[in-house]
Amino acid sequence: MSEYHGTRTLVIAAFRRDRVRIAVWVGAITFMVFVSASGVKQLFPTQADLDTAAAASTNPAIIAFNGPPQALDTLGGQVAFQIGSPGLVLCALMAILMVGRLTRGEEESGRLELVRSLPVGRRAPVAAAAIVVGTMGVVLGALVGLALVSQSLGPRGSLSFGLGYMMITLVFMAVTLVTAQISENVRVVYGSSGCVLGAAFVLRAFGDVRGSVLSWFSPIGWMQHARPFAGERWWPFLLGLAATAGLLAVARSMLDHRDLDAGLFAPKPGRPRAGRFLGGPVALDMRLQRGSVLGWAFGLTVTGVAYGSISNSIESFVQDNPTLSDLFTGGGAGSLIDAYLATSTRVSALIGAGFAVQSMLRLRSEEVAMRADPVLAAAVSRTRWALGHLVTTVLGSIVVLGATGLSLGVSAALVTNDRTLVLGLTGAALAYAPAVWVLVGFALALSGLAPRWTGASWAILMTALVVTFLGPVLSLPRWAFDLSPFEHVPLLPAADLALLPLLVLGGISVALAAIGVVGLRRRDIG
Amino acid sequence: MTTAIAIRGLVKNYGRTRALDGLDLEVSTGEVHGFLGPNGAGKTTAIRVLLGLLRADSGDVHLLGGDPWADAVALHRRLAYVPGDVNLWPKLTGGEIIDLLARLRGSTDRRRRDELVDRFELDPSKKARTYSKGNRQKVGLVAALASDAELLVLDEPTSGLDPLMEAEFQRCIDEATSAGRTVLLSSHILAEVESLCDRVSIIRSGRTVQSGTLDDLRHLTHTTVSARTVRPAVLDDIEGVHDVVVDGTHVAFTVDPAGLDEALLRLTAAHVEALTCHPPTLEEIFLHLYGEEPLHDPSTE
Repeated sequence: MSEYHGTRTLVIAAFRRDRVRIAVWVGAITFMVFVSASGVKQLFPTQADLDTAAAASTNPAIIAFNGPPQALDTLGGQVAFQIGSPGLVLCALMAILMVGRLTRGEEESGRLELVRSLPVGRRAPVAAAAIVVGTMGVVLGALVGLALVSQSLGPRGSLSFGLGYMMITLVFMAVTLVTAQISENVRVVYGSSGCVLGAAFVLRAFGDVRGSVLSWFSPIGWMQHARPFAGERWWPFLLGLAATAGLLAVARSMLDHRDLDAGLFAPKPGRPRAGRFLGGPVALDMRLQRGSVLGWAFGLTVTGVAYGSISNSIESFVQDNPTLSDLFTGGGAGSLIDAYLATSTRVSALIGAGFAVQSMLRLRSEEVAMRADPVLAAAVSRTRWALGHLVTTVLGSIVVLGATGLSLGVSAALVTNDRTLVLGLTGAALAYAPAVWVLVGFALALSGLAPRWTGASWAILMTALVVTFLGPVLSLPRWAFDLSPFEHVPLLPAADLALLPLLVLGGISVALAAIGVVGLRRRDIG
Repeated sequence: MTTAIAIRGLVKNYGRTRALDGLDLEVSTGEVHGFLGPNGAGKTTAIRVLLGLLRADSGDVHLLGGDPWADAVALHRRLAYVPGDVNLWPKLTGGEIIDLLARLRGSTDRRRRDELVDRFELDPSKKARTYSKGNRQKVGLVAALASDAELLVLDEPTSGLDPLMEAEFQRCIDEATSAGRTVLLSSHILAEVESLCDRVSIIRSGRTVQSGTLDDLRHLTHTTVSARTVRPAVLDDIEGVHDVVVDGTHVAFTVDPAGLDEALLRLTAAHVEALTCHPPTLEEIFLHLYGEEPLHDPSTE
């Protein structure tokens, strides 16, 4: 067991160092479940309300986002349907970010080398990360189950729901332990695990809408097919356990066969001279962000294709259920598809905003890493340096949004034979650019005025996500919706194009960016 | 003689901590100026003010005749900087970074760049992520030395270099000075300082404690004397004589320049049979100046 020597100490050290981060993750997800469950209860006070909701929720558009409709005429079934899917994604993100940080992040920073020079076994740091994140999963599952029980939901369903959250955490912990062995760069680890998560979500969406076996290839699907509050099945959790065990064995074998600091592939030599293009702050940042832009564009293209290709299911669904289509469209089939595509576009734009925030915050992370110094010590003004990052972020967000809209439009056009959707949805996605840029401007303003608080940029994006995903369930007041810039963008193609809100959003983002640059010019660097 | 750098009374606070507390520094054009002091004395802070990365709280700072905060871009075309810890973009190769930095400054001398890459035995096709500490320093050094900058600002530039590369660095600095360039060199390597620097400034706790040529500094500190005399010499009462150890007719002591003449007169009066006398080593000077005790400097008393 000498390979695991020191694991205990490393586990304690990790819990101590990341105690706030761990508490926030576990606490926030538990809180979200608790609040949403009580929101669902208030939203559907009578059985009649539940019955109406159950009828409305068999809409494939909603199924694509939320999961299979199971026992929707019960409170438990509604809770699992409304918050199951976003919660499972959050648990997976928690596992990915925590494992990446504790393993490859430590290794890349050089701290692991120091640790491994002590009497610490080769597998101990990785085992410690698995124990820490596994414990988070178990505790989170238990707390989430208790939160549902406290809302007087059935104990069996609550147990199943909690087990689902625990198991998805364990699966993505194991996925990330594998990706952390493959790449020497922690950003690539986050990206590749994120791709696995995206694929799991898309497979699930496909499978649930089509009622096909595809959902069974997705870990998220397993948790939903355990049917919490809808006649629980326990054996799907065994799939999760088996996947976790298998991936852990793969990670262990990779770990045993590689050197410290190395990935699975040896780094290739690069160019001994800079290309003609690499000559200024814009070119530098574009070069550094190239992989990130392509990765985000690829991920959102896959999502767009997935959402677009099921848009015809809505058409057939409406044809089969004329009463229902009248119930919540009040019009023809076209407007239902449009409403679905508009929602898909907004969700994709929100995800794409993650690229933009991360990209703009690189201004600050470059400064913290002392890589701003060589640029600013050359003949580059702070304005030019900041604009380099801003231009890259703006162009990158256009690429990412354009890829989203184009892929959604092309796939929707193919299945519905409506060619106008290609341009229409590309435009609809690009209409979110000013909303995304407000977040970019905010990130730049913080970088200039309050560099220690740049993390707050993510808070606005989180707010926007909560408002869009959970606002209706939580019955949030109007002003809460107004806080999110995304709620001011017209829901194209379902709504008409209104230019004024876009211009206002654009103006706000320019003003925020200008404030940021002025602040940056006046403060100390470093 | 014109001045490349003139700092008077520079103060810089970080919150409540005073990093620079009335620093003075004067570097003449064409000289290699050593910038020395214990860790945490404020050398890097002062250099970051010179680069316009930090704003001075008070004091006068002139760099190449301009204001380093207001005229940063124009001044940076004329200087090159190497930090003590060269942080590079892990995805780019060393060669790409060298070329990028040259283009950001606005001047490229390709032949000189290639020559320096060879002399420092740097593999420019490797990703920066894979470079060791010494190789990262080489990237910074090649980028700075390949430029035609008239001022080189070097903050512990040779940390992590092996002795062969250290010697190569010293040759490069010699070439730079014969080309008329000015160098501000912060360093802890005494041999490097001794062989390269025309003048040095020593700072402690954000203040300049001494400035001058190495000979000036030697002059300010004790000379160590050891002598054998026919009759015992009495030296204790002389002003400026310290650490007297008498062993029969053998006497050893240290003496300030002010007491040297009187001490020698007393020894001669006691009939000298043997005498050794050596100036302080550089190490002794620095230990003395870096240390807590105040300096015995007759000129400031």
